[in-house]
Parts: sequence; structure tokens; C-alpha cells
Amino acid sequence: MSAALALGDDALVLSHRLGEWAGHAPVLEEEVALANIALDLLGQARVLLSLVGDADELAYLREERAFRNLQLVEQPNGDFAHTIARQLYFSVYQHLLYERLAAGDGEFAELAAKAVKEVAYHRDHAEQWVLRLGDGTAESHERMQAGLEALWRFTGEMFQPIEGLDATGTTGTTDTAGTPGTTDTAGATGTSGSGSGVDWAELESVWLSAVTATVERATLTLPTGPRTGAWAAGAGRQGLHTEPFGRMLAEMQHLHRSHPGASW
Amino acid sequence: MAAVTADQKTQSTSGTAKAAGTGAGPAAGTAPEAADAALLAAFDAAVAADDRIEPRDWMPEAYRATLIRQMAQHAHSEIIGMQPEANWITRAPSLRRKAILMAKVQDEAGHGLYLYSAAETLGTSREELLDKLHAGRQRYSSIFNYPTLTWADVGAIGWLVDGAAITNQVPLCRCSYGPYARAMVRICKEESFHQRQGYELLLALSRGTEAQHAMAQDAVDRWWWPSLMMFGPPDDASSHSEQSMAWKIKRHSNDELRQRFVDICVPQAEALGLTLPDPDIRWNEERGQHDFGAIDWTEFQQVLKGNGPCNEQRITQRRRAHEEGAWVRDAAAAYAAKHTTPSTWTAQPAQHVEETA
Repeated sequence: MSAALALGDDALVLSHRLGEWAGHAPVLEEEVALANIALDLLGQARVLLSLVGDADELAYLREERAFRNLQLVEQPNGDFAHTIARQLYFSVYQHLLYERLAAGDGEFAELAAKAVKEVAYHRDHAEQWVLRLGDGTAESHERMQAGLEALWRFTGEMFQPIEGLDATGTTGTTDTAGTPGTTDTAGATGTSGSGSGVDWAELESVWLSAVTATVERATLTLPTGPRTGAWAAGAGRQGLHTEPFGRMLAEMQHLHRSHPGASW
Repeated sequence: MAAVTADQKTQSTSGTAKAAGTGAGPAAGTAPEAADAALLAAFDAAVAADDRIEPRDWMPEAYRATLIRQMAQHAHSEIIGMQPEANWITRAPSLRRKAILMAKVQDEAGHGLYLYSAAETLGTSREELLDKLHAGRQRYSSIFNYPTLTWADVGAIGWLVDGAAITNQVPLCRCSYGPYARAMVRICKEESFHQRQGYELLLALSRGTEAQHAMAQDAVDRWWWPSLMMFGPPDDASSHSEQSMAWKIKRHSNDELRQRFVDICVPQAEALGLTLPDPDIRWNEERGQHDFGAIDWTEFQQVLKGNGPCNEQRITQRRRAHEEGAWVRDAAAAYAAKHTTPSTWTAQPAQHVEETA
């Protein structure tokens, strides 16, 4: 369905996972940092979902099959390295994607321009930790490598084109060639093709080099396994999720669903 | 460290030296007892004149120890206090409430950071204080040993627990120890914001459906008495009070602050449309204050002794987070040792918070 739903669900679900860290972080500074990132993402989710409908209804009353987030962001936290691996993969992707959206003139340009500053910080935070864990002690190196490996098979899904953000011959950077009137309409209706067109193959190759650079600087090895499982290619975007996700939603939605129609 | 020479003291920019007058700064050759007496006199004079004592100023060892104890307990309360509220982050019933709660828990971690830093100016370290907390040798506020059983508890904590904390802490903004007083100015601003949000949460529930109203009343019923206990034992049983008041670390007695809190809460409860679970609360015309019922000090003592509903759970979670995070802290230290560039990694997130707060 709409690109806002896909991007909003990514932010909503990852924010929730990071919220689970509150009170459990390895050091007080990370309590602050993880909560801060979670809050940024929740803020983005609220804006994005409200482009689609009532943000609370969308968050609390949809069932698992109706969520459009990447499987990557719904993965349980695991240890700190696992969380950081998830953050690295996602925040580099989100940063590159939002940079491209901000440079274009689609319906997300303004929102992405604002969010890109937050996301740049998230990316820096993740990269700095990958360096510290990878190039820290033998134990941290091993855990960081394990985190990267475990989540690698969820990274391919990020580059499945999102309907509404597709490139249609032009890329976001050649905005002078576009005719504002038509691109705006296309963007607003959420159909294919808009001024925010993302070249997904280009995004993927830039993501891959950025992640590779960080991983290598951290004395780690880029995983070699497949980047998608048999089911995983584009699955989250189609509402096919992993088992832990349903449990996460049960916790998230329980109270809201127990009091139908109540306001909070 | 603790021993500070007279010379160092006179370098201080605070009013301490001035307040000491001509009697300050004993010559280098003076007998130690005379020097100590002069330092103590200067310290007493500074406290009497409401000057701030600063980290490099001379201070009595007992003053330093009392402050470390109190500030550590305060810092520990902030970080243990994250737990009962974080318990509801993943279940918050709307995205707005979830954001507010996350921001609040994040603020508490930040308050813990300020307070540990302030305590470090007294010659201790965060690591040392955390070790004492984990070993059960330093306390945190007894209130955080109560469970958050429903969403309304988040509101009751904001209104009552933060309200009691503010009543306690606003006078600390004038505490004689400068770093503590300055930390409290920042903390109190954020706390009063949290308190208003808690009140507003309860108000929404109280005016909501019947089930929501009942949830709010139940939470207030469970949190009222423990909140009154936050002010500590009654004045005639408070061991540290007299000295702390003489040093102007404390400005008001436990009972005075408790009374002030009750007087503030009664009209607020009315405005909320909720009742306080104390049939003895009534306005006393003569005193111009509310009378209220007797506190169950046996329960208070039990909670302090570790026998409250959540003592075990709270300290276990804290220890586990610390122990399970050891490899992460070790990694950061090992990395810092390998890479000699100035280590700014801890400062970064905190800075970002200040910008967005």
C-alpha cells in the first residue's frame, strides 16, 4: 500500500524494540542514547502514519498481517551487539534513503529533510559502537560478528522497491528535469512514480559499501550468507512477518484493545 | 581528595574566603589544630551567610560523607526509578503517551548522570557508588519498591511520586553545596514537567470511561501512602535531620514537607475527581493545614529493610543490567586504549539529548 505506511511501520516497530531496552542498558549513557533514538523514531512514525490515517488506530488496531515494516526491525533485541547490528543495517539504510527523499520533491521531501538529521545521529551512534565492539575485546568482537551474521539474511528486503517511491526513469537528484505539477500529483496519490523516485539498485550499492567500510574498519568480516531467506524477500512489506512479531504486537496493543473507544 | 589546604581554599572563587574575614588563611606554620579551627570557622561562616560551598573548598569530613550518602541515594533513586515506569513503555495505550513516557524515563537516566557527576566532585566515582548500590550498601528511595500494576500507576507516579520528590527537592536548589544545588535546579524543572504530565494522564483517565476512572482511583489508592513515606521518618525519629539542617543541606523537616505535600494534594485530588484513601483527612481551621491519618511506619521499615514488594526484583534487574553490560564497557575501554584519539563517545548522546530536550 502506501509508502508512508511502510516507512512509518519501520520506525514504529524499531522504536518499540529500542524501548524494551529501558532500564537494561549496559551503561547509563546508553539508556539515554537508546531512548533518544527510540523517541526520534516514534516521532517519525507518528508523522508518517498520520499521513495514512489515525496513527493510534493504525498502530494499535491492525493485526500482524497488515503491518508493512521490514522483518529486520521486528527482530528481538538479543544482546547489545545484536541490537547494534540491527541499528547499523537499518540506520545506514534509513539515512541513505531519507537523504535521497529529502533531495527530491516528492511528498516525503520535507519530512525526510527533518528526519535525516536525527537519522544521521542514529547512524553515527551505530557505527561508533560497531567499531568499539568489533575492535574492542575478543568477546565483544565475537559477539559483534555474531550479531552481523544473524541479521544479515534480513538485509536484502530493504532494497525491494516501495510502491510510490519507485524511480521512473529519473532519480531524485535530477529534479530540474521534472515538471512539478505532475510529480506532486503522483506523489500525493501514492501511485507509482514521483519526484522522490529512489533508484533502489543504487541505494543498495551505496549501502553495501558504507556497511562494508564500517565492518572492515571494525576488524570484522562482512557476512557471506544469503541476504534473503526463501520467504524473506520483500515479505515484511507484504505483511508476512517473523514469529516474534506477533508477540510484540500482543504486548503493544493489549491495553489499547482492552478499552475499545477509550481515549488516553 | 578530602584534605584541602588553606591555600587552596583561599584560591576558591566562592564567597567562603570572604565570609571567613580576616581570620581565614592561617599562616603555613600555624599548628594543625588552629588551622582546622580556622577552616571550620570559615566553613561555618560561609554556611551561615548562605554562601555556596564548592568542590575545592575545605569542608568537614562528616559534611562530605553526608552529601555523598544523600546524593548517591538520590542518583540511585533516579536509575532504579526508571524500572517501574519502563515496565509500561511497551504497553502504553497511545503513541503520544508512549513518547511522553519514553522521554520521562530518558530524563531520569539523565538525572542520574547529573547526580553522579555532582557526587564525583566530592571525591568519589560513579563506579564506586554503583558498586555500593549493587552490594546493598547504599539505598534508593523506598517508593520504587512498589509495583506498577496498571497503566494508571504511571499517572499516579507522575502526580504523587514526582510531586513528593519536587516538594522535597525544590528546597535543595538552595542547598549549601553548590554542585548539588545547581543539579537540582535543572532536575526540578524537568520533574515539574513530568508531574504535570502525570496529573494530566490521571485526569484523562478520571474523565474517561468507567473502567478508566476505576483504574485511576485504584492507582491513587495504592500510591498515596507510599508517597507520604517518601518524606522519611517523622521528625522525632529522623537521625540525620538536625545536622543536615544546620549545614543547610536540608531546609525543612520531614514532617513540614510532608504537611506541605498533603496540603497541595487535597485540592488537586478534588480537581481530578478522585479521592485520597485516608478517611482522616480534613481541613484544620486552627492550624490552617490539613490533618491526616497515621502512616504505617512498620510497612516503611519493612520496605527499607528489603522486604517491600519489589526490592528483590529491582536490585536484581539493576545488577543484571550492570553485569550483562560488563563486556560492552570492557570493549569501549579496550577500544579507547587502542585508539588514542580523545574519547568523546560518552559525551555524544548526552549532548544530543540536551539539544532536543
